[in-house]
Amino acid sequence: MNRIANLTRGIFRENPTFVLVLGMCPTLATTSSAINGMGMGLATMFVLLCSNAVISLIAGFIPDKVRIPSYIVVIATFVTIVDLLMQAYTQSLYEKLGIFIPLIVVNCIVLGRAEAFANKNGVLDSALDGLGMGIGFTLALTILGSIRELLGNFTIFGLRVLPKDPSWSRAAFFHEPMLVFVLAPGAFIVLAYLIAIFNKIRKQ
Amino acid sequence: MAKVESTFKNMTLTLLIITLIASAGLGLVYQSTKGPIEVAQLAKVNNAIKVVLPDFDNQPYTEAYTVKADGGDLIFYPATKNGQKIGVAVKTFSNNGFGGKIELMVGFLPDGTINKIAVVSHKETPGLGDKIEPSKSDFSVQFEGKNPATFKLKVTKDGGNVNAITASTISSRAYCDAVSRAYNAFMKGENNE
Repeated sequence: MNRIANLTRGIFRENPTFVLVLGMCPTLATTSSAINGMGMGLATMFVLLCSNAVISLIAGFIPDKVRIPSYIVVIATFVTIVDLLMQAYTQSLYEKLGIFIPLIVVNCIVLGRAEAFANKNGVLDSALDGLGMGIGFTLALTILGSIRELLGNFTIFGLRVLPKDPSWSRAAFFHEPMLVFVLAPGAFIVLAYLIAIFNKIRKQ
Repeated sequence: MAKVESTFKNMTLTLLIITLIASAGLGLVYQSTKGPIEVAQLAKVNNAIKVVLPDFDNQPYTEAYTVKADGGDLIFYPATKNGQKIGVAVKTFSNNGFGGKIELMVGFLPDGTINKIAVVSHKETPGLGDKIEPSKSDFSVQFEGKNPATFKLKVTKDGGNVNAITASTISSRAYCDAVSRAYNAFMKGENNE
């Protein structure tokens, strides 16, 4: 039971984006489309899973005063691995996410989970915690990206949802995609509404 | 398990061991991804060349050469078919884009006529300036089959022949800037031969 709770906590009750509001920089910057958001989420999930597992293994051998530098080295190693792998196998996504892949190193979720959970718990629990947080983050970014892509471009995952031809509906609302949602302000607007809705559901 | 004490020796040793293991692991991953990364990057360049030039049967990237232009390098990829020169793909750039650097691949026929243009990379505004991409609008089509000797590579606002993208004059100007940079370097190379 406890194990399942470790996994699901990150997905809903302590969702890193909607509840903990951590890692806002990549959340806002990379979710201009659904596929970008999901790519970013999956990359972060891999790093979270691996770093949590490794840190819970070595936490006992690390003197307290150098624990943060040690964690950062572990995290940076996994981020570099992701960076190289994406460069080799998912080139176009890698180019879109650009600087935000190396910046996973300083994503507060990753270091936050290492410090708050992994260094006090066993390998399996830590891995589950990392996986759960990663899934929560990925879901949040994918939802955010899908909504922004839908409103700002009339597509989701690059698939056209509403026709570009404005004559199909008489409502002016559907005539032109709302560009603002693909741009930076749209990220804030959509995120704010999502957090509000999420909190409403969570409190019931 | 008793916590390891934070003595100087312990701290140094721990960090040393962790960094050693980390760098060894990274070295391994680097070695194994080096090949695929090169392949992926080459494929990207190759695709862009294929898009902008007519059919060719050599391997342009093996014969690529660099030409210095104001503020950067232009890369020339000469293409031949049955030994006949059929065109050159030029990777060009402009630093005047709305969001910074724009990189284009321009395909020239031997007489300087533009065959096709592909966008290699850009940071223009989504929905406005990114219409320079052939997949987003027909902006780039107006260059096809035009010879810059008679087709003035400037937006109509500046007295040229290029219809700018609505609300994206800066991106359109930068695009023209990149194309004419490629054309000038291309003609200079032709005249020297």
